[in-house]
Amino acid sequence: MIKSNIKLFVLFFLLLISLRPLQSAEMVDPIKVDWSFKGLTGTFDRASLQRGFQVYKEVCASCHSMQYLSYRNLGEPGGPEFSEQEVKAIAASFEIEDGPDPQGEMFTRPGRPSDKFKSPYPNVQAAAAANGGAYPPDMSVLVKARKGGANYIYSVLVGYEDPPPGVTLDDGVYYNKYMVGNKIKMPNNLMDGLVEYADGTESTVDQMAKDVTTFLAWAAEPELEERHKTGVKVIIYLLLLTILVYLSMKKIWSRVDSEK
Amino acid sequence: MSEHEYTPKSKAGKWFNDRLPLLSLGAHLTDYPTPKNLNYWWTFGGILTFCLITQIVTGIVLAMHYVAHADLAFASVEHIMRDVNYGWLIRYIHSNGASMFFLAVYIHIFRSLFYGSYKSPREVIWIIGLMIYLLMMAAAFMGYVLPWGQMSFWGATVITNLFSAIPLVGDSITTWLWGAYSVDNPTLNRFFSLHYLIPFLILGLVVLHIWALHVPGNNNPVGIDIKKPSKDTVPFHPYITIKDAFALLVFMIIFAGFVFFTPNVLGHSDNYIPANPLVTPAHIVPEWYLLPFYAILRSVPDKLGGVILMFSAIFILFVLPWLDTSKVRSAVFRPIYRQFFWILVIDVLMLGYVGAMPAEGIYLVLARVGTIYYFLHFIVVMPVVGYLEKTDPIPMSISEPVLTGGAEPSLARKVDDKV
Repeated sequence: MIKSNIKLFVLFFLLLISLRPLQSAEMVDPIKVDWSFKGLTGTFDRASLQRGFQVYKEVCASCHSMQYLSYRNLGEPGGPEFSEQEVKAIAASFEIEDGPDPQGEMFTRPGRPSDKFKSPYPNVQAAAAANGGAYPPDMSVLVKARKGGANYIYSVLVGYEDPPPGVTLDDGVYYNKYMVGNKIKMPNNLMDGLVEYADGTESTVDQMAKDVTTFLAWAAEPELEERHKTGVKVIIYLLLLTILVYLSMKKIWSRVDSEK
Repeated sequence: MSEHEYTPKSKAGKWFNDRLPLLSLGAHLTDYPTPKNLNYWWTFGGILTFCLITQIVTGIVLAMHYVAHADLAFASVEHIMRDVNYGWLIRYIHSNGASMFFLAVYIHIFRSLFYGSYKSPREVIWIIGLMIYLLMMAAAFMGYVLPWGQMSFWGATVITNLFSAIPLVGDSITTWLWGAYSVDNPTLNRFFSLHYLIPFLILGLVVLHIWALHVPGNNNPVGIDIKKPSKDTVPFHPYITIKDAFALLVFMIIFAGFVFFTPNVLGHSDNYIPANPLVTPAHIVPEWYLLPFYAILRSVPDKLGGVILMFSAIFILFVLPWLDTSKVRSAVFRPIYRQFFWILVIDVLMLGYVGAMPAEGIYLVLARVGTIYYFLHFIVVMPVVGYLEKTDPIPMSISEPVLTGGAEPSLARKVDDKV
């Protein structure tokens, strides 16, 4: 009886799963990339993170803020792991507003590792006004804030196309295969050879998109490597403990079971 | 508990116990005679206690770092994730813990439905349990608002707006709940206050739930009354404690799997977008554990009707002990009811599924069919089947399960083995 119920159950779920595609038929699924940070023991590709930061700094940062990150994060374990000197130099390359000083005046000074990433605009309204009314979203947790995560971000970056016939676009609106609704206000900013990678990697559009997406994935989940490492240990510990408790249980219950 | 004769061995223990019989309570909890045939579906009581304690402990730590202000809440959560030592771990345990809590409570409730644990003399245990469940939903809903992401804000807007469906005073009540003319900073502040309060109310009710349980004692898979203590029972410790510990560990492995390897899969990605009253998300969906009720709500074209139906779906459970007319508790001996039980399980899962989908086309049809069956199950099926059903022969005791050589008791064993 129970078995037939379970069969019914499985059938029912297969039915539900088969209903799923109905919902997302009009959207193109994001490209599936084999990211190094995928899976149970996934880690970030250090070199890719450093290159990704370069793309962010030279391309994205002119419009997109990353207000929850600090320059010191760039040197922390599990991230791009720039050296202390490099982090200090990166931070110092930005002019940060500070103050008020004893006279009540605001002043600027070179950035320190403890400073948050400098935002390109003073506020959301200014950012929207400078970008045709569309606010370039803060990228600190962008990868977690989009269905499809890193795959989606990467796909949008490489998904620019000429609009299919019949689709007309307003000024300052671009066609993107993977964007929800296919219309995006961000122009296609990546072109081959746009940045000069310090490590000599060829800066193709695909390479830059992958690197910056890796960087954004780390920015959204800077704890990922530690989380994976701790998780493996925790699961192994729990498994061993479970086995021990299971054996104890069998021994204790053998007193009762033998009475039968 | 009064029937328990216990005298502490030490003089100091006796002195203390005469003034506050905590040691007697400890002895009662240790020796508490428990049916020896409890299967693993019975381990979820202990698992739920673990879930509650986990939520309270992690929640207290989170509250030390969280800021309940509309302008700062989202940033304070990111501060917890990035700058607080192991903040990411504590927050992920707390957010996934809510899901695990509901997973366990649904199994616990359906176990009760299958084995008739809500029936006489355990109605009060059942009702207290439902009160806990209601408070859990309130706590979870308010907790989901606290990160002040898009789903937080719009979920809060949808749910609080339900109260505006009340005739005449609806709008006033909604404004009163908000503390403003829309979901805003005062709403967030009071939700935080209540979110901190409710778990302790739940804790109090859990004590009553267990107290009420210890009066008649546990139901069991065979569903018959047993003499306590007897050959049919084992002392709670060490027999049940070790079994609960084993089940809890298996549960914790699944829990850890979510926390460490896929911590955001049960949440909605939109909640990592800061709340914006000017932008409505394409689909506003609650957390998965509230989806069946959301489906019932949306299955009715009329707002007030939907609200009434949704609350009825919960409150009908309170009178379940009196809707069920069967003399037999366990569905193991109820061949007809057993079929309907599984239909109900599928029905609720289906409602949960369509609750996550847009309320249109086939999904709306499924939601309506599911809603109708949900109510039919309790209002019609339970009284009528209980009345008409020819139940299988019931054993006299757990130790002698086979009275007439029927196949059903061995089925009970099979369930036990499979888990």
